[in-house]
Amino acid sequence: MPGLGETIRESQIWKSIFRHPMPVDRRNRIVVMLTNFFLHLHPVSIKKQGIALSYTWCMGGVTFFLFLVETVTGVLLMFYYRPTVEWAYADIQMLRDVHSLGILREIHRWGAHAMVITVWLHMYRVFLTGSYKPPREFNWVVGVLLLLLTLLLSFTGYLLPWDQLAVWAITVGSNMARAHPFLGHEGPGQQLLTVGGVDMITNASDARFALLGAREVGEETLNRFYILHCIAIPLGVALLLAIHFWRVRKDGGISGPL
Amino acid sequence: MTHGLTDAQFIDKVASFLWPYYIVLALMNGVAALYLWRTGQMKTWFSLPVPGSGKSVPISNVVAWVVAAVGFVLLAAFAGNSNVSWMPSMPLSWQEAINQASGPVMYSLGTTVGLIVLFIFRRFFVTPAIAWTIWNLMLLFLGLSMTDRDFFEIIAKPDNVPIVMLVLLLSFFTWLATYRAVINDDRMDRGEPPLEKLDNEKVLVWPDLVYTELICMIALTAFLIFWAIALPAPLEEPASSVKTPNPSKAPWYFLGLQEMLVYFDPWMAGIVLPVTVVIGLMAIPYLDFNREGNGYYTIKQRKFSYIVFQFGFLEMWITLIVLGTLLRGPNWNFFGPYEQWDAHKVEALANVNLSEWFWRDLLGKSLPTAPAGSNLPTQIGFIGLREWLGIALVLGYFIALPPIMALTVFRRYYQKMGFIRFMLMANLLLLMASLPIKMVLRWVVQLKYLIAIPEFFLNF
Ligand code: HEM
Repeated sequence: MPGLGETIRESQIWKSIFRHPMPVDRRNRIVVMLTNFFLHLHPVSIKKQGIALSYTWCMGGVTFFLFLVETVTGVLLMFYYRPTVEWAYADIQMLRDVHSLGILREIHRWGAHAMVITVWLHMYRVFLTGSYKPPREFNWVVGVLLLLLTLLLSFTGYLLPWDQLAVWAITVGSNMARAHPFLGHEGPGQQLLTVGGVDMITNASDARFALLGAREVGEETLNRFYILHCIAIPLGVALLLAIHFWRVRKDGGISGPL
Repeated sequence: MTHGLTDAQFIDKVASFLWPYYIVLALMNGVAALYLWRTGQMKTWFSLPVPGSGKSVPISNVVAWVVAAVGFVLLAAFAGNSNVSWMPSMPLSWQEAINQASGPVMYSLGTTVGLIVLFIFRRFFVTPAIAWTIWNLMLLFLGLSMTDRDFFEIIAKPDNVPIVMLVLLLSFFTWLATYRAVINDDRMDRGEPPLEKLDNEKVLVWPDLVYTELICMIALTAFLIFWAIALPAPLEEPASSVKTPNPSKAPWYFLGLQEMLVYFDPWMAGIVLPVTVVIGLMAIPYLDFNREGNGYYTIKQRKFSYIVFQFGFLEMWITLIVLGTLLRGPNWNFFGPYEQWDAHKVEALANVNLSEWFWRDLLGKSLPTAPAGSNLPTQIGFIGLREWLGIALVLGYFIALPPIMALTVFRRYYQKMGFIRFMLMANLLLLMASLPIKMVLRWVVQLKYLIAIPEFFLNF
């Protein structure tokens, strides 16, 4: 009599999903890496120092995992949250006081903070091992963009609870755009953009207005930040991550001494 | 957060955090001792003579960490004790002294000097025993300080907790990287390959990497769940556009930039400098022509890029964030770590512009002003006259200094990099240096702006 495990592994369903026996011998450990969609991000074999925790600190991987955690918890949070001035705060309050799974918001928020920290640590490690040097220059640039998007993700998300903390942090942050040279209505050089005596750059047309969708942080801002936070920036990150991982492989895998 | 608590209730609250905290520290030291003992890394430091017996007890690293563990267990016992007066805490006189000594100048100089000392004597500081001692002292300092209400208010604010983690993680990883760099530098001096080269053998990704990843994911999930249960996410009062909180702070990762607002106008601190940071980071691989130090930890082989990066990252990004988050209170005034955030604290602001100093104090005249109703070119002419010294200095800094650098200290760099790359690097370095320069000018001669043209929002 075959055992239950064996019956399952011999079934047509199992075999249609996993096209090889268990990865317990060398051959099948190689096959699993080549045939599994999720694993094929990796090479089949790798230098030992490339996976040493004392070398990579696993910080790129941890950042990626945190991004996945944020995606999943973020989608769940979207079920409970309406991005309007009328509802935003109340919905967050409900999440705290009424709904079960009471740590959803916590995981999302602390995960976001953690992601900012780990992406810095990852950059720190890549610098300290000189891994941005040829042939990995471009992947470093992709990384800097990812760092920027990570910060923007965190920043746009900060507004969504619509409490005092959120609104004033975003107000302080976005006030900087008011002073954008040429494009901010209190920035140096904005007077130059005057057509026939009419100021082109005012508080209703400058960089800050473009960011907030209004003169002050308000309904339009909430909508804008919500869409940036839930759709636009995550898509950007996903695209850049694909390039980033692809390039890690194409640049010869994790760096190491020649 | 602790408003409305009596002192006794507050201490209760802190105690419920502190005793498990000290237990964790005790375990940490215990595990370290066990690890050293089991892996045969026990080292006798010195022998302590036992009085009267003529014998002596060898004191080894294992013994030392066991003693430290016992010490932390005792602290945990005192912290968990219901008798408030037994609560281990930082002596008041020390708190006073630290508050007195701290200020923006002291803080910035102190961290700079500290980092320089750590860097120069890195060989000493990375020794595991020394590093472990410092690590213990840092955590002990945190524990002892938590019983101060003002300190607790700031550190335990939910959104500030990540900063504490950031500082601890950065300390650890900086130690790890420096430790390996020191070993590698020694090895390479002896003509041996770096440590990383020793692990050149290839292994299969399944199971070696896949399992590591799996364990990391599980550990991280557990950690996140623990954090989420232990610390509720903050939710303050509903947004109100009329009630401005004081201080109003950006999210913590931008507070380094907000701190720069003390020295620069928003167009610099909020736009030009952040853009410079991003461009500067992206430019690193194209500016650093040194081909050594690729794929292993080293300091010696890339001293210049290492120092520049560490200055930018640790000193100008991280320490400014810590300053902006933890030590800046109402009206962006500086508050010592044990000082109450008093919204009425006044700080004398007597900063002067360079033009004011030049015309008024040096020449004893009034500032040149265009006659009322004059046209734009005349106005600009007068502004130019008024600010000529500052404009000349700033232009000289950004335009005349790079060629001088190319001809003197950076001669070799210039030859290797060519004109465009060198100019980019020189200007990035000068922009980066403009912050510390302005800080020092502010502290020493109370300079407000080198160029002050509020008419065009152009203050520098
Ligand atoms: C969302 C953010 C990011 C994610 C998820 C990510 C992920 C990863 C992963 C998984 C690796 C493989 C090696 C490792 O784990 O260390 C890697 C390598 C690398 N990353 Fe990132 N990264 C991110 C941001 C950055 C940033 C900010 C930089 C630099 C500014 C950067 C530059 C690089 C470079 C140059 C490599 C190759 C390193 C080597 O070969 O040793 N990445 N990244």
